[in-house]
Amino acid sequence: MASRAVIEVRDLVTHYGERMILKGVSMEVHEGEVMVIMGGSGSGKSTLLRHMLSLEQATSGSIRLSGVDICTASTEEMYELRLKMGVAFQGGALFSSMTVGENIMLPLYEHTKLDHMTMEIMARLKLEVVDLAGFENLMPSELSGGMVKRAALARAIVMDPKMLFCDEPSAGLDPVVSNAIDDLILKLRDTMGMSIVVVTHELDSAFKIADRITVLDQGDILFIGTVDELKNSDNQRIQNLLNRQSGEEELDPEAYLRRLTGEDTLVKAA
Amino acid sequence: MSEAGPFSPVVRLAERVGRSTVGGIEGIGHGASLLAESIYWTCLGWRKHQPVRLPAVFSEMMEVGIRAIPIVMVLSAAIGIMLAIQGIYTLKMFGAESRVVIGIAFSVVREFAPLITGILVAGRSGSALAARLSTMKINEEIDALTSMGVNPVRFLVVPALLAMLVMLPALTFFSDFISLFAAGIYVNLDLGLSLAAYADQTLDILSVDDLMHGLGKSVLFAFLITLVAVVNGAAVTGGAEGVGRVTTRSVVHAITAIVITDMLFAFLVTH
Repeated sequence: MASRAVIEVRDLVTHYGERMILKGVSMEVHEGEVMVIMGGSGSGKSTLLRHMLSLEQATSGSIRLSGVDICTASTEEMYELRLKMGVAFQGGALFSSMTVGENIMLPLYEHTKLDHMTMEIMARLKLEVVDLAGFENLMPSELSGGMVKRAALARAIVMDPKMLFCDEPSAGLDPVVSNAIDDLILKLRDTMGMSIVVVTHELDSAFKIADRITVLDQGDILFIGTVDELKNSDNQRIQNLLNRQSGEEELDPEAYLRRLTGEDTLVKAA
Repeated sequence: MSEAGPFSPVVRLAERVGRSTVGGIEGIGHGASLLAESIYWTCLGWRKHQPVRLPAVFSEMMEVGIRAIPIVMVLSAAIGIMLAIQGIYTLKMFGAESRVVIGIAFSVVREFAPLITGILVAGRSGSALAARLSTMKINEEIDALTSMGVNPVRFLVVPALLAMLVMLPALTFFSDFISLFAAGIYVNLDLGLSLAAYADQTLDILSVDDLMHGLGKSVLFAFLITLVAVVNGAAVTGGAEGVGRVTTRSVVHAITAIVITDMLFAFLVTH
């Protein structure tokens, strides 16, 4: 897959107050691929996403979306760019004062001159895509967690964006719904050719949807590559990350007891 | 005493005062830039694909103004009657209770109507705006707006500001009438002055200047209430607790700002 890069991050350094969060991150996302950004809590993956969305100011480095440097882009350029971006936030971020249908129609209402009927039809189309047909008149507070995430996804794709960003699309959902969202992401890539960035810490989900994976660790890039390359990596930190999920099966009772009694840490300290 | 340096109470106090002063100045600066941005989007939004939507302004006006009418009526009537009672009581000492109409007319139109309406709207709509914006910020709804290419100031702040700028003077004007009318009824019952004579006297006493004095203040209050609510709402940190905190703070700040501005305005205009 030698397609061109839609998203290019170069030497991105960011601070939160005094604390350095990203320590010179470089990566790119190609056209029509699903890039999963992984990493533990505090690894900076959400920060990286927020910078890609231009919601934060970077200390140094550059981010180019569709060739436009968003750190120096004018308001007009940013406006044009944002029409090509869809974002599904972690908590859904649906506007609680509007119905689900109005939420999904909002980008159309704000950016197009379509008549109301057409917008409603488009909103229903997108609701069909996320399997939420018939829910357009409900308020977000009347939806379950999984439905909110799917509705947020519908809103993110209503403008048929070139780039889609998803923050933890399947976190906190039951396996069935989580699986359905993964399928949906793959469907969006295949049918609409979107470039999709997914931030997640769910390994199963990442392995299923990713074309390539970026692993962040304490603000640094630990790994960029395909799922197979990740699985075959002999880097200890990556293996730790991967085994955290499956490590439970080979639980050593003695080691477990040692950890509980604190002997483990004593030995390490010695 | 050798450890005085950074640990001495005086230094700590100075640091606290310094920090809150800087915080306050930062808030004022934020408010000023919000105001500038609001004016920008109101005037130029149409050309930058960010038009201010009239339906949004109207629905805010409904919330800020129309729905506040009943409570404004109750409070204004109470204030009018209270002024009449106190006025008659005080003037009785000089046997001049028939002059009470002057006191009522001036104090209602120049002072009490704008003040009481401002305080009421600060408590009712300013707090609601702060709570709404802070909740939206915590739920990433503001980020969602930004990322879909909708300017949050244009979408959320400008409609509220415009609605406040129209409805607060309108409510104040309404409050003028209700207060004067309620006071008139009390004067009628207590002193036997006919309502027609009362209305005649009131109209004689009041000039357009007096009315504009009150309405001018209410325009200032409208700016203050909205900007204080938005600055506080945007500064939210933490979850639900944070929302409660900024809501309370927004009401306290807004009422303080209203009362102090009222005093300064009265001083500057009468000198």
